[in-house]
Amino acid sequence: MAENDILKEITEQEYKYGFVSLIEQEYAPKGLNEDIIRFIWEKKQEPPFMLEWRLKAYRYWKTMKEPRWAKVHYPPIDYQDIHYYAAPKSFKEKPKSLDEVDPEILRTFEKLGIPLRERERLAGVAVDAVLDSVSVATTFKEKLEELGIIFCSISEAIRNHPDLVQKYLGSVVPYTDNFFAALNSAVFSDGSFVYVPKGVRCPMELSTYFRINASETGQFERTLIIADEGSYVSYLEGCTAPIRDENQLHAAVVELIALKDAEIKYSTVQNWYPGDKEGKGGIYNFVTKRGICLGENSKISWTQVETGSAITWKYPSCILKGDNSVGEFYSIAVTNNYQQADTGTKMIHLGKNTKSRIVSKGIAAGHSNNSYRGLVQISRKAEGARNFSQCDSLLLGDKCGAHTFPYIEVNNNNSIVEHEATTSKISDEILFYCNQRGISKEDAIGLIVNGFSREVLNQLPMEFAVEAQKLLAVSLEGSVG
Amino acid sequence: MEILRIENLKVGIDGKEIIKGLNLTINAGEVHAIMGPNGTGKSTLANVLAGKPGYEVLEGKILFLGKDLLELEPEERARQGLFLAFQYPVEIPGVTNANFMKTAVNEVRKYRNLEPLDAFDFLQMMKERASLVGLDVSYLNRNVNEGFSGGEKKRNEIFQLAMLEPTLAILDETDSGLDIDALKIVANGVNSLRSSDRSFLVITHYQRLLNYLTPDFVHVMYDGKIVLSGGSELAHELESKGYDWLKNGNNGKK
Ligand SMILES: Nc1ncnc2c1ncn2[C@@H]1O[C@H](COP(=O)(O)OP(=O)(O)O)[C@@H](O)[C@H]1O
Ligand SMILES: [Mg+2]
Repeated sequence: MAENDILKEITEQEYKYGFVSLIEQEYAPKGLNEDIIRFIWEKKQEPPFMLEWRLKAYRYWKTMKEPRWAKVHYPPIDYQDIHYYAAPKSFKEKPKSLDEVDPEILRTFEKLGIPLRERERLAGVAVDAVLDSVSVATTFKEKLEELGIIFCSISEAIRNHPDLVQKYLGSVVPYTDNFFAALNSAVFSDGSFVYVPKGVRCPMELSTYFRINASETGQFERTLIIADEGSYVSYLEGCTAPIRDENQLHAAVVELIALKDAEIKYSTVQNWYPGDKEGKGGIYNFVTKRGICLGENSKISWTQVETGSAITWKYPSCILKGDNSVGEFYSIAVTNNYQQADTGTKMIHLGKNTKSRIVSKGIAAGHSNNSYRGLVQISRKAEGARNFSQCDSLLLGDKCGAHTFPYIEVNNNNSIVEHEATTSKISDEILFYCNQRGISKEDAIGLIVNGFSREVLNQLPMEFAVEAQKLLAVSLEGSVG
Repeated sequence: MEILRIENLKVGIDGKEIIKGLNLTINAGEVHAIMGPNGTGKSTLANVLAGKPGYEVLEGKILFLGKDLLELEPEERARQGLFLAFQYPVEIPGVTNANFMKTAVNEVRKYRNLEPLDAFDFLQMMKERASLVGLDVSYLNRNVNEGFSGGEKKRNEIFQLAMLEPTLAILDETDSGLDIDALKIVANGVNSLRSSDRSFLVITHYQRLLNYLTPDFVHVMYDGKIVLSGGSELAHELESKGYDWLKNGNNGKK
């Protein structure tokens, strides 16, 4: 079958996004202090309120300790040994059009399957491409502007729409929230910004593609999405990085705000470099993603396919403030070799009749560790709130681990919280059974993994579902003998 | 035409010899039964034929359709027409029976240079073959063997046999754990699948399956060897005399 041919072809591949592009970079000196923050602020030509905010975040961060409660293990990170800003030299000024962009950068994104030239691009998907610390190009901008939709890099938004930014930046994830959120607030260099005005249904997928290229550099992007009353937007992010022996830090913050009757669908296909078979190198992915359903009947839906990174620490969450608002979390997390993932969600029910649904699928192979950590909190006022959680784990082999940490806090008697969990294993017996029916080991694993992941894959926009399915197979390559 | 020839086969597990010099030839269209007490090596034989890892072939050879069977990967054996109905069928998480069979059938078809079946034809075929063993179509949309009763799992094995249309079907204790009605259903299913270009090797501990499924040959296996061969009447004799009869030195040809 064609599907299995694809799986077979890709199970034989190594991490294929591991190339390094030779782009001349301008770096901030290594290390972090107030001068570096001023340097970033100046580079970004931001208004004064941003410098103040960044410095407050930095000073707060200095008082904080790195969290260690997640089930992940890694050596201490030297925060003074990282470049907090890297940008292509050719970017002294952000290019006005693609013709001004260094052809090497365009080639980089083309190699990644993200052609930025509008005429070549996937129809119906607007792309913002972020390389290291800067946004390279945002496509379909004019077309979206006709509808009043703002889709641009966060740097541009800070300069051109300071009121919106000042109102909402840090409103869902304040810099005091956690260690990595504070760090991000101090040093973030780019990311995406979306505003969808009242009553507008965004007619195309909005997508950001994050690429780390420079070495010894952290990537700290910041994404802010605001869906005004009655609007709808579907947003997708993808991420890759070159193969490097070192561990690189990625600490992003994403904030979503859904006003009355608005809906935001946020999908992630995360494929940062996971490290090699012995566990050397790879990205440390410490991300804070949170959305707030501010208005009545609003809805936020997170879908994530996490296959990359050496370490993933990530809990896309929903604060269900508006009455009748809905939060969803659909997740597939795959770990292989020595990868570690501690991921899950928080559903905070504040409003009446709020509903949440959690579907988490953890797949562990090799020597990896895969943990689901989720909090469902029903406040005293959340009359009639409902939650349903389904956490399934699939193990390949017997050297890996899957763990589930559900935390449930119910402060209201009129609410219903349901939690189901299963663990299955792809044993040698199962593989032999498939072999005996003419199905090879790789195809058998593809079949089982796809079946296991189906409910989550179905949530992704079509073209990305296919991509994600391929990724699952690649990630599990070499997981059977 | 000769389908399978086993010559002087010796097989060990973890250094212990289990099959100790076994000979067997099966021709096209024949139904052979192997009977014998527990622990005598019947499943070991079935597993070695199917290519299950973990067995050491110490001596002898196996020819399947004239080719050295031991050279082939398990999935290649399957695609070339060797089918094993398992004594203990496993459950496959996340994969529906229908999707599993579609993948398997198309693998076999690919080997035979045939186009994949289209969805409609495939569905028709599944419905027809499922009814052969009285398996409700709703089972096709359930994960393979998940939550199936013992009898349903065995019927599912015969359903898969019907779908894959093998040249040689090995049934390992398909009758064990079945009540008499289920046994009849399974036996009828197998009988309707008998044909001049399909051979069967039916492994069983009891004679009762053979009441419904008259074999051309019956072999008695004991301590890793075939110690007695005959026609279907041998099954009845064994039933009345019991396996202890073998232990009392009554070895050799009848
Ligand atoms: N995986 C195994 N490891 C060690 N010994 C085994 C294994 N499988 C079977 N055996 C032994 O091999 C012998 C034959 O077993 P088996 O082929 O299952 O017999 P039967 O199917 O005739 O009951 C028994 O003594 C059994 O204990
Ligand atoms: Mg047995």
